[in-house]
Amino acid sequence: MLHIINFAHGAALMMALYGVFFLHQKAGIDPYLSLPLMVPAMFAAGYVLYRFVVAKASHGKDENILLVTLGIAIVLENVALTLWKSDTRTIETGYTFTTVAIGSAMIALPKLVAFAGAALVAGLLLAMIHGTDLGRAIRACARERQGARLVGIDVEHVFAMSFGIGLACLGAAACFLLPAYYVNPQVGNGFVLIAFTIVVLGGMGSFSGALLGGLLIGVVESIGGLILGESLGQMGIFLIFIAVLLFRPQGLFGARA
Amino acid sequence: MRQLAAIAAFAVAVALLPAVTSSGVVLNMAIMTLYAALLGQAWNLLAGFGGQFSFGHAVFFGTGAYAAAVLQARFGWNAWAALPAALALGAAVGGFIGTLSFRYGLRGSYFALVTLAFAEVFRILANNVQFTGAGVGLMIRLEPGAARFQFADKAGYLYVILAFVVLGLLISWWLKHSRYGAWLQAVRDSEDSAAALGVNVFAVKLQAIMLSGALTAAAGVFYVQYFQYIDPSLAYGPAVSVEALLGPIIGGLGTVWGPILGATVLHLLGEATRGLVPSLPGINLIAYGVLLVLMIMYLPRGIIGLVKCSRP
Repeated sequence: MLHIINFAHGAALMMALYGVFFLHQKAGIDPYLSLPLMVPAMFAAGYVLYRFVVAKASHGKDENILLVTLGIAIVLENVALTLWKSDTRTIETGYTFTTVAIGSAMIALPKLVAFAGAALVAGLLLAMIHGTDLGRAIRACARERQGARLVGIDVEHVFAMSFGIGLACLGAAACFLLPAYYVNPQVGNGFVLIAFTIVVLGGMGSFSGALLGGLLIGVVESIGGLILGESLGQMGIFLIFIAVLLFRPQGLFGARA
Repeated sequence: MRQLAAIAAFAVAVALLPAVTSSGVVLNMAIMTLYAALLGQAWNLLAGFGGQFSFGHAVFFGTGAYAAAVLQARFGWNAWAALPAALALGAAVGGFIGTLSFRYGLRGSYFALVTLAFAEVFRILANNVQFTGAGVGLMIRLEPGAARFQFADKAGYLYVILAFVVLGLLISWWLKHSRYGAWLQAVRDSEDSAAALGVNVFAVKLQAIMLSGALTAAAGVFYVQYFQYIDPSLAYGPAVSVEALLGPIIGGLGTVWGPILGATVLHLLGEATRGLVPSLPGINLIAYGVLLVLMIMYLPRGIIGLVKCSRP
């Protein structure tokens, strides 16, 4: 939205997954119940990280943000590696293997919950962006940073807020993801480029675009995997990413700037 | 001229190293530092002088490495004959990526992301094509002999990598003193102003990425000859791309000596942290990440910038 490209997104998701994992192992808190803990914690971490590290280091250049978040990602990933080793860990809950029949399809319950959770978060975000003062401020900063500052918006605060909100979404994602997924220090890497692809595909700063982009990527990944085989099929995502950046940088659904 | 004398002095000093010590550990460290410096120099050509930040230099490195490995292992080429072919391929991949991304006006972070995506595409390809040995990787037969680009002792490798690094130094020096270098730096500082002054922005950037690609491919060829093995994640994984950008950023972007300085600092730091805390294997990478963030925060012009500031 604000043209902040955060390379540490995957690493932050990894940290959140570990957070949910340890809450489950050590404190016995169910992943879904750790939502009210994880979301504010990740939000605070994101706000502080942006305010005191990313903003200080960026010197107003996009490339520097990319480099700094890359540095943060390297640190987080290797801290996780030293602390928790490279083992892949999963958790088991009473409902991990529960399935629900919808029509003729059998769907694992955790995936269904994750779907509903993602839809809920997306709805909340959309409402926040279009219905609140903060959302209006974010849109203003995205469109015209200088102008936003002139009318009295604390631009740094707004950037830090949206960075925090981004990480808070990761906290929520981690809670929904872990029952159906696994965690290891490299788990975030697979998500980073896919997330970039979806955002670019849908058009930067467009929410409905991101949702449609996500759907499209999911379909491409499955079809690519079906035709070209599991590992070669992943190439489809990156090829789409390159093609969209080259030929339609405003995204498939975005308006030409 | 003083710079050229400094380059010559550097070359002689490093070349004398095997005469001073025969310790394999010291020589190996010198070789790996020079190798990292070469990657950094190649990246610096494009990012430091041209302002185009690539996050996927592994794409050139891997292409050079695979070109050398495939030509030797599958077609029985001599390694020295494979070297120019690998350099040409590195330049060609650079030309391909450069044509696409510069033709469509990708700048800044978008260029970085596209290079990253290209590296991933190549990694997945190398992982799935039988030609490159797929996931298993390619091994080169051990046949020591200078005529086959394999040396029985480390000194031979040191001389080869030193020659490449000196070449990199000379190219950087040339960029500082030539008309082409001036064009390239004008494009870095402001594309629009450069274009208004009649610089062919597209051609200048394209030549820079091809040059950078060829030099990175040289590092790839060296890697294959030194370790005699390559696989998709070694060749096209993000580790190489990160290694290429760390040195110049820490040493000093767009300077002749920055990449070497940065690579040296990083390797000394890596050894020191590993020596202090041997029980934690990832500790040197944590130190690199912290150093990267701190450098961008407080010394965006690198260590060389610090020296230049204190000397008016």
